[in-house]
Amino acid sequence: MHELGVTFYILKDVKKVAEENDVKKVNYVTVEIGEVSTVIHDQLIDCWNWARKKEEVTKETEMRIETLEAVTYCEDCKGEYRTVEYGKTCPYCGSEHTYLLRGNEFNIKEIGVDDDT
Amino acid sequence: MSEVKVIEIHENVFKANDEAADRLRKNLTSKKVCMINVMSSPGSGKTTALSKLINMLKTELNVGVMDVDIKTSMDAQKVADATGVRSLQIHNGGLCHIDAEMTEKAIEQFGVDGLDLVFIENIGNLVCPAEFDTGAHKNIMFLSVPEGDDKPLKYPLMFSVCDLIIISKMDTKDFFDFDLEKATKNIRKLNKKATIIPISAKTGEGMEELAKWVKAEVKEISGRA
Repeated sequence: MHELGVTFYILKDVKKVAEENDVKKVNYVTVEIGEVSTVIHDQLIDCWNWARKKEEVTKETEMRIETLEAVTYCEDCKGEYRTVEYGKTCPYCGSEHTYLLRGNEFNIKEIGVDDDT
Repeated sequence: MSEVKVIEIHENVFKANDEAADRLRKNLTSKKVCMINVMSSPGSGKTTALSKLINMLKTELNVGVMDVDIKTSMDAQKVADATGVRSLQIHNGGLCHIDAEMTEKAIEQFGVDGLDLVFIENIGNLVCPAEFDTGAHKNIMFLSVPEGDDKPLKYPLMFSVCDLIIISKMDTKDFFDFDLEKATKNIRKLNKKATIIPISAKTGEGMEELAKWVKAEVKEISGRA
């Protein structure tokens, strides 16, 4: 993918949420990545560890990644199956009339901050 | 002692880009300027075909071209020399794509008032540009015959997001094992709606059909053409 480009989107978003909540330091940010979203986890973390130093509020923010399972739906037999194992072909009926139900996500789930209040 | 508090965000990473893209698209529509994002791998012949296409369109439409490249200004110059229309070279500093904010800034600098149609020639790359909505009204791509009919299977996202898929360099089909029927089948697996037009900028094959498609899109936005 283009981990560096999206890292800056995440950085911007985290900074914005921190500002809105009057947070001075973010401990961690959790991102949800679908199994077939083509984001390379290690690269994303490398980019993050480099880019986070650009903002005071994210200087020490750890990136946590949660993987979301990819599931494909078969229009012919109405079955659901694991995309990573079987791809576009339905393992139940062999049909190729299938589409991805989920697994393409790339979300910022949450941030963790010190609660001094 | 301080405890950790969790602030939930639940936002798509691409949300900011998608919002910027929608804003730009609306802005262009209100100015009656149609923007078409052109994507392909490097060397697919898109600069040559675009030049020819623009020469066919420019008597009826005011056309502008923005070329995205990592470093050189060759493409913008090439199109400008071949067509005489206004062009702008955007250097994106080595990124693999152009996003909506970059496009928005470029559009501002370029100045689109009075134009009916702007082509944005994206970076030569079949992977990354497909992920980023630029704010264009339509996405089109070139797949050239020498690249092979298996490319849709290898770069599925690119082929799924395009409204028009141009099969270019048809004049070379006798020299390569390119099966147009197979290519079409592979594309249809991913994208049932896209228009597919085989062309050759050299012989002129398909160029009229391509011009017709573009004019219809411009009409959709600007009400003329």
